[in-house]
Amino acid sequence: MYLYNLTLQKGTGVTHAVHGNFSGGKQQEILLSRGKSLELLRPDSNTGKVHTLLSTEIFGCIRALMAFRLTGGTKDYIVVGSDSGRIVILEYMPAKNALEKVHQETFGKSGCRRIVPGQYFAIDPKGRAVMIGAVEKQKLAYIMNRDTQARLTISSPLEAHKSNTLTYHMVGVDVGFDNPMFACLEIDYEESDLDPTGDAAQRTQQTLTFYELDLGLNHVVRKYSEPLEEHANFLVSVPGGNDGPSGVLICSENYLTYKNLGDQHDIRCPIPRRRNDLDDPERGMIFICSATHRTKSMYFFLLQTEQGDIFKITLETDDDVVSEIKLKYFDTVPPASAMCVLKTGFLFVASEFGNHYLYQIAHLGDDDDEPEFSSAMPLEEGETFFFAPRTLKNLVLVDELPSFAPIITSQVADLANEDTPQLYVLCGRGPRSTLRVLRHGLEVSEMAVSELPGNPNAVWTVKKRADDEFDAYIIVSFVNATLVLSIGETVEEVTDSGFLGTTPTLCCAALGDDALVQVYPDGIRHIRSDKRVNEWKAPGKKSITKCAVNQRQVVITLSGRELVYFEMDPTGELNEYTERSEMPAEIMCMALGTVPDGEQRSWFLAVGLADNTVRILSLDPNNCLTPCSMQALPSPAESLCLVEMGHTESTTSAGALDDDAPPQRSGSNKGTIYLNIGLSNGVLLRTVLDPVSGDLADTRTRYLGSRPVKLFRIKMQGAEAVLAMSSRSWLSYYHQNRFHLTPLSYETLEYASGFSSEQCSEGIVAISTNTLRILALEKLGAVFNQVAFPLQFTPRTFVIHPDTGRMLIAETDHNAYTEDTKSARKEQMAEEMRSAAGDEERELAREMANAFINEVLPEDVFSAPKAGLGLWASQIRCLDAMHGQTMFSVSLTQNEAIMSMAMVKFSVAADGRYYLAVGIARDLQLNPRISQGGCLDIYKIDPTCSSLEFMHRTEIDEIPGALCGFQGRLLAGCGRMLRIYDLGKKKMLRKCENKHIPYQIVNIQAMGHRVYVSDVQESVFFLRYRRAENQLIIFADDTHPRWVTATTLLDYDTIAIADKFGNLSIQRLPHSVTDDVDEDPTGTKSLWDRGLLSGASQKSENICSFHVGEIIMSLQKATLIPGGSEALIYSTLNGTVGAFVPFTSREDYDFFQHLEMHMRNENPPLCGRDHLSYRSSYYPVKNVLDGDLCEQYLSIEAAKQKSIAGDMFRTPNQICKKLEDIRTRYAF
Amino acid sequence: MGERYNIHSQLEHLQSKYIGTGHADTTKFEWLTNQHRDSLASYMGHYDILNYFAIAENESKARVRFNLMERMLQPCGPPPEKLDD
Repeated sequence: MYLYNLTLQKGTGVTHAVHGNFSGGKQQEILLSRGKSLELLRPDSNTGKVHTLLSTEIFGCIRALMAFRLTGGTKDYIVVGSDSGRIVILEYMPAKNALEKVHQETFGKSGCRRIVPGQYFAIDPKGRAVMIGAVEKQKLAYIMNRDTQARLTISSPLEAHKSNTLTYHMVGVDVGFDNPMFACLEIDYEESDLDPTGDAAQRTQQTLTFYELDLGLNHVVRKYSEPLEEHANFLVSVPGGNDGPSGVLICSENYLTYKNLGDQHDIRCPIPRRRNDLDDPERGMIFICSATHRTKSMYFFLLQTEQGDIFKITLETDDDVVSEIKLKYFDTVPPASAMCVLKTGFLFVASEFGNHYLYQIAHLGDDDDEPEFSSAMPLEEGETFFFAPRTLKNLVLVDELPSFAPIITSQVADLANEDTPQLYVLCGRGPRSTLRVLRHGLEVSEMAVSELPGNPNAVWTVKKRADDEFDAYIIVSFVNATLVLSIGETVEEVTDSGFLGTTPTLCCAALGDDALVQVYPDGIRHIRSDKRVNEWKAPGKKSITKCAVNQRQVVITLSGRELVYFEMDPTGELNEYTERSEMPAEIMCMALGTVPDGEQRSWFLAVGLADNTVRILSLDPNNCLTPCSMQALPSPAESLCLVEMGHTESTTSAGALDDDAPPQRSGSNKGTIYLNIGLSNGVLLRTVLDPVSGDLADTRTRYLGSRPVKLFRIKMQGAEAVLAMSSRSWLSYYHQNRFHLTPLSYETLEYASGFSSEQCSEGIVAISTNTLRILALEKLGAVFNQVAFPLQFTPRTFVIHPDTGRMLIAETDHNAYTEDTKSARKEQMAEEMRSAAGDEERELAREMANAFINEVLPEDVFSAPKAGLGLWASQIRCLDAMHGQTMFSVSLTQNEAIMSMAMVKFSVAADGRYYLAVGIARDLQLNPRISQGGCLDIYKIDPTCSSLEFMHRTEIDEIPGALCGFQGRLLAGCGRMLRIYDLGKKKMLRKCENKHIPYQIVNIQAMGHRVYVSDVQESVFFLRYRRAENQLIIFADDTHPRWVTATTLLDYDTIAIADKFGNLSIQRLPHSVTDDVDEDPTGTKSLWDRGLLSGASQKSENICSFHVGEIIMSLQKATLIPGGSEALIYSTLNGTVGAFVPFTSREDYDFFQHLEMHMRNENPPLCGRDHLSYRSSYYPVKNVLDGDLCEQYLSIEAAKQKSIAGDMFRTPNQICKKLEDIRTRYAF
Repeated sequence: MGERYNIHSQLEHLQSKYIGTGHADTTKFEWLTNQHRDSLASYMGHYDILNYFAIAENESKARVRFNLMERMLQPCGPPPEKLDD
């Protein structure tokens, strides 16, 4: 088996975020690390929408990310710490829309290792040096400078190693233009390793150590080290030089401390706590991330606690000596892994889990009644300040970036009966969990819908002047009339536009600089700007049947076959070309391209004829209307569209407002002209049109739907795109160096045109039966359109009731209270409040207690209370995924954790009903794993899945880690025991047991008589159930340890396994194995022959291995598109959805193997990790080709493309076509 | 003789350069502590394993990272008493 790895949706979780002027303009961009890919975002400061400029897979694991700027520079560079053992400096090239490697310096082994730097980064705020550190011992400093050509240079590394020392965090101290200084949080373990009493470990103090890089001596010295009172988790650098006092803020458990070198004494301030918090009172509080805002005149810090509360921190100084830290509660947002404050007043919050947000900072919280806490306020030791969290006051949400991360599990199914399957994904953690239903398609936002007095045939928009920004009129054509609407504040009918209203319209458009043209069956109406009208009447009894119009040209057909061509002359008159041309068959459709800038005309006319051909006619005045080329079609063309696509700059030019942007950008890389042909059988063809000869080449085919395909040219992000309408509407566009053909998640449309107004600069006006709709497509590039339904706790697993399609979801949270316990705790706290009050305050206390009980903060924003270790809350929820309605939910008591769930039919019950078996652990402690046993609950599901009937509970001594229906009974993995249970009247009855699984069963699959059991760390065991002897026999196992997270059966002998380190492997039983066991009459061989090291006597064979890089949480063999073939679909914890696609021919495999090889050589991964070694991180990659790397072929330079294609004896177009084909055959 | 000396110095060099390189007198405790520290550092480096822990424990990622760092000081408890021989 040979597989091809294809990412359908890149990971959506964010691990790091930095901001800077990466493109060198005035605008700030945000660079996100999505774990194994880098993504550049540009927030539009006018609309507040975030646009993705670029997203690149780096085939490595990003561990640290920083932006820096050389002194006096205007452009930020990016430095990336990864698992490559190299320091990599990247620069964003706006002209190419690509990240380029400026420097790559190797310093150590690859991999995320303890003593290889890459985990931490610190940058000198003046951009002169960077320090890169490992978790232990090693720290390297590099000096950055410019050479004579103003190019960035990097020095050889300077060592600042210290053995037996662990580093918690490091940061560059702002010292102005003195020698660069770095502050590190360190701890030395040498003593505690030698002291058997354990005192030393207790005594060991964390230290704050300053390293100075002496630029004169080219040497790093350990300048100063100071022990800290409590352990800190991170540092924030305080502006220095002329802007502030310099030094660092130390964020430790419960305290925030300011420290600096010199005479400065420490300033300490406790971290404020929420008033009346339900959290475990023993818990400390830490800050989890920070953002610094600095301008020339002021600076402040935003620090976020674990609960998501942001504090604004300011420092009071007295002659550059800090005298006071001031803290003020700012707002509460979801806990973040990174925050960025932009110059334009936006706060970007990259959430730890769930969607990311962009907020506008409306107020700085300077003059409100929120209390301000200060380090100068006297407090007893151990006491702290209290505040009350509230809804947003200073921040305004402006945009949300959807994120699936973390995906706990997923399933492909067609519950909605839409013929294209949907992806049901359980996402999120705790109160921010959701069930998301993903459908392939672009999300359409409906701006307006209005009814029309009849069923229109067509709609157009026109501008009054060519240089107008927005459209002026919407023209709607009916069977016997034309309606003109003017676009302004509102859309209303007008009669003075000059258009003829008493006839249907074939086409209308803006002509030249300021004229309009309307083509109707009896003639052409040319409306000049001064309302003069020139009419061209169709001669005699002939009428116009088809037409094509662009800014300067008009082509019409008279009575089917005759072509008449008009062109606008310099005075603005429409002149008919002297000769008319007769076509050999009836003309079905025509298309003209847009007139290129600075040219007089579009040089080609495409004509679709009834004889199943498309012909290209030249419009060159010297040989006008002579045929250039022809292409035969499988069925008649319904519609044609000529577009120019593939400007590399198209994506940026829309949002780019930089005044210093080079003017040559539009001409920097000319696009290609594509002829799109919509056929009457619902197929779309895309063909390249040679701009000189008019030849057609390189045709791509795609089936769109059951109806004839109509095509419309529209504008998307400043570039041309094609809207194709069949039974579904599709958008074909070019985005981030790739063609996308994506269906719109919207009802069927009949006719459309581009639309641009003040409210909606790039929209679509479309008609559907008797309504006119204005639509906008905002999330270009998104693969999935999602609908999310909230859940209460972290979802663990779900099953689908096959008869109704309803979902039963198991939700379980550690460190959480159930609703009952929560209200009991609240009641108890309220009682304490009441009783603590003295006589005179009693009334007040009662009021406060009542207010406290009634106050409900939504937990999805304010986080659920952290109950403490070993406290669990669970529930079972039944959800109708079509409407997002929770039908019912069953709450479990406190400290019962659902570990597994399965839907089973019991043959003894003989009622044909489904039963829900739920495996529950009681009082489970995670580390070390201790529990009070577990139980198996059985619920009877009623036929409509509208209620659960509790049957009974069976106590078991171990944790039931996995359940599976098996031959009308239940297979349960209880700890390391595999058992078969049958349904009894009061309990489940144990029928059979196997004790030979080594540690803990986490997954069970069954097929026929075989059972495939996964151990938590010893991979999969193949068992056979011998009914006659009632025995479960391990007859084969795997040769490698694997920490299994998900498995799926591919066939009777083959199983796909995913593990916790991000690998996928496929194990198959060799032919000899299967035969042996099924024919062994006694089974004694398998039963008694223990093989080597107590493993099974027979071994499965590894047939595929691949390192995905993220933990795969679900695997499923499924088809994603109707009529497509089956692929192995996976989803990972970080939100990636991908597919392993089987190769069907050796030829294809060879082709992609070669392409992969060339790509490895020509386009090595951006962050310096070797591609082959990355994909072989744990097990050598075997029989899997990396489609993600192959697809980067589409975005590399043309010269490289050509050279690779040359080496493979093909053309770049053939390679692109192959890449596109394999993707569209299985997925999208 | 010369070769033997050479191997010895090479080993010493390795032991000083790469923490955890074993020698004839490595105790079980030392070996185990090293294993744990290596694992903990690897968990921190691999973002998805950190996510996995954070979800299992229902703690913030920063807290999980902090806890892992704290465990690195003495992952396997204090060393056993040295037996004088």
